[in-house]
Amino acid sequence: MVLGVATRNGRHVSEDASGHSPLAIRGLTVSYGEKPVVFSMDATFESGAMTAIIGPNGAGKSTLLKAALGILAPLSGKVTCFGKPLSRQLEKIAYVPQRAGIDWDFPAPVRDVVMMGLYRNLGLMGRIGAIHHEKVMSCLARVGMDGFADRQIGRLSGGQQQRVFIARALAQCADLFLLDEPFAGVDVATEKAIVKILKELRSNGKTVVAVHHDLSTVPEYFDNVLLMNTTRIAEGAAGETFTQSNLLKAYGGALARVQISAAV
Amino acid sequence: MNGAEFISLSLPPILIGSFAAIACALPGNFLLLRRQALISDAISHVVLPGIVVAFIATGTISTWPIMAGAAIAAFISIALIDAIRRMGGIESGAAMGVVFSAMFAFGVLLLEMTNTSSIHLDVEHALYGNLESLVWFEGQSWASLLSFKALAGLPPELPRMAIILLIIALLTRLFWRPLKISTFDDGFARTLGLPTGIIGLSLMGVATISAVGAFDAVGSIIVISMFICPPSAARMMTNRLEMQIAWSVAFAIISAVLGYVLAGYGPLWLGLDNAVSAAGMIATVSGLILAMTAIAGPCRKRAGVPALSSG
Ligand SMILES: Nc1ncnc2c1ncn2[C@@H]1O[C@H](COP(=O)(O)OP(=O)(O)OP(=O)(O)O)[C@@H](O)[C@H]1O
Ligand SMILES: [Mg+2]
Repeated sequence: MVLGVATRNGRHVSEDASGHSPLAIRGLTVSYGEKPVVFSMDATFESGAMTAIIGPNGAGKSTLLKAALGILAPLSGKVTCFGKPLSRQLEKIAYVPQRAGIDWDFPAPVRDVVMMGLYRNLGLMGRIGAIHHEKVMSCLARVGMDGFADRQIGRLSGGQQQRVFIARALAQCADLFLLDEPFAGVDVATEKAIVKILKELRSNGKTVVAVHHDLSTVPEYFDNVLLMNTTRIAEGAAGETFTQSNLLKAYGGALARVQISAAV
Repeated sequence: MNGAEFISLSLPPILIGSFAAIACALPGNFLLLRRQALISDAISHVVLPGIVVAFIATGTISTWPIMAGAAIAAFISIALIDAIRRMGGIESGAAMGVVFSAMFAFGVLLLEMTNTSSIHLDVEHALYGNLESLVWFEGQSWASLLSFKALAGLPPELPRMAIILLIIALLTRLFWRPLKISTFDDGFARTLGLPTGIIGLSLMGVATISAVGAFDAVGSIIVISMFICPPSAARMMTNRLEMQIAWSVAFAIISAVLGYVLAGYGPLWLGLDNAVSAAGMIATVSGLILAMTAIAGPCRKRAGVPALSSG
């Protein structure tokens, strides 16, 4: 069986084309305990496009990203990045987590956190020079946080912290950007600014994948949509995939229906 | 005290104390930030069965078998703590509690069953140390520092502690970036391909080496306090990791030097005739430094840290 995946241009790409995809996930199953929270998940992300991962709370979106990145060990499944095993392509990926796992009391100012995005290039002992400091400041300036470079990372608002982690991802000079709810807790102006940055990345040929909750902005921000709830529900161009019936399958329930009809 | 007396009686313990303090404080900084500072306490408890087994096996109380036994016991306990944490899915603090009380109890049991009362004294030595006994009779003047013959008579703890400190300082420098990233943001470190599990275990391994090395020279009171007090005090002085390390080294040296001097002369100044334990005084000084930074350190009020009311 060849499942068709509609692309932004309406072309149909067979799943075999996953060999060239920036991120292709096959049969991924992840569980924290007894029951899998991601089950037999398939996804193929289109190169040079912006894809939204959509699904209700607890659908396994964050888990999918973490397992795809090797942060969590999956029970089964295969993940390839630009046609190669992910473990050999890590330098092409930048990941912005969903405000989690970070020690907010850690003694590091904002500029150090963004500098961590350069560590892979610097290696163990590479000297940090003026170029690197400039790169850090320019990434901070892109997210409007250059005025906070010396602030300890915990002493920022949630939205400001989010912007710093986006700056760190920018510093990584990756080809594939994975963002887990980049707009959570961010004000409208910042959201627009982040969208602008992400669209710039896309026009430079980068691939952007973001978990997104605000259904009303999906068609405006994203080219493609991956709808999931434990497993894949629909995947493809936003225009064809982001439909009421698919959303109902993903969200279900009367409450969701109200929100969805307002969104679509 | 004249120069010669200082060099032969005070210089070696001050240097050994300082080296041990820094060697413990360096990994202590990262353990503190990882909320694993109590591992040093754990190590000091779990080495007991190692020491007893080493004694039973070799029948002697010489340094190397004892240190090897202590190190093996410590590594076993680290593996156990990690295994319990993974399999039981409980936090590392609880796993440490289980392992170190069990290992300590096992050590006491061994001690009783084998009736090895002759090493009882030595166990006490391991726990309280005897810094004052580390003297250098050949050190008669500053010129002795340049004489190979005199240097050969240095207490063996001094070169040993110096080498351990050197190794730990080099490892800290070499793996600075992986340590910093994985301590701050484990998930991000993994997306860079860093083996964070191995990094965490290696940190504990390095901490074990400093702890066991320092035990033998200065006793566990100094070990436990130097793992925790200088890094905690340093954290309240700065919001930069690099500066925190520098402060912790400074506090470790101040504790060792001031503690030793106060232990030797403090009671005399108070009109008492006996000196007090240097190890105890060094730990006390480090505690006082911690108290002072907790009251007046510029970075004592932080996100997630309940504010101390300031006077
Ligand atoms: N560390 C964990 N241990 C156990 N269960 C977990 C853990 N993290 C998530 N889960 C469970 O796995 C399921 C999927 O969680 P996940 O965080 O992937 O959802 P999500 O789609 O990102 O949700 P949200 O929209 O709320 O961020 C949820 O049912 C959650 O309760
Ligand atoms: Mg999530």
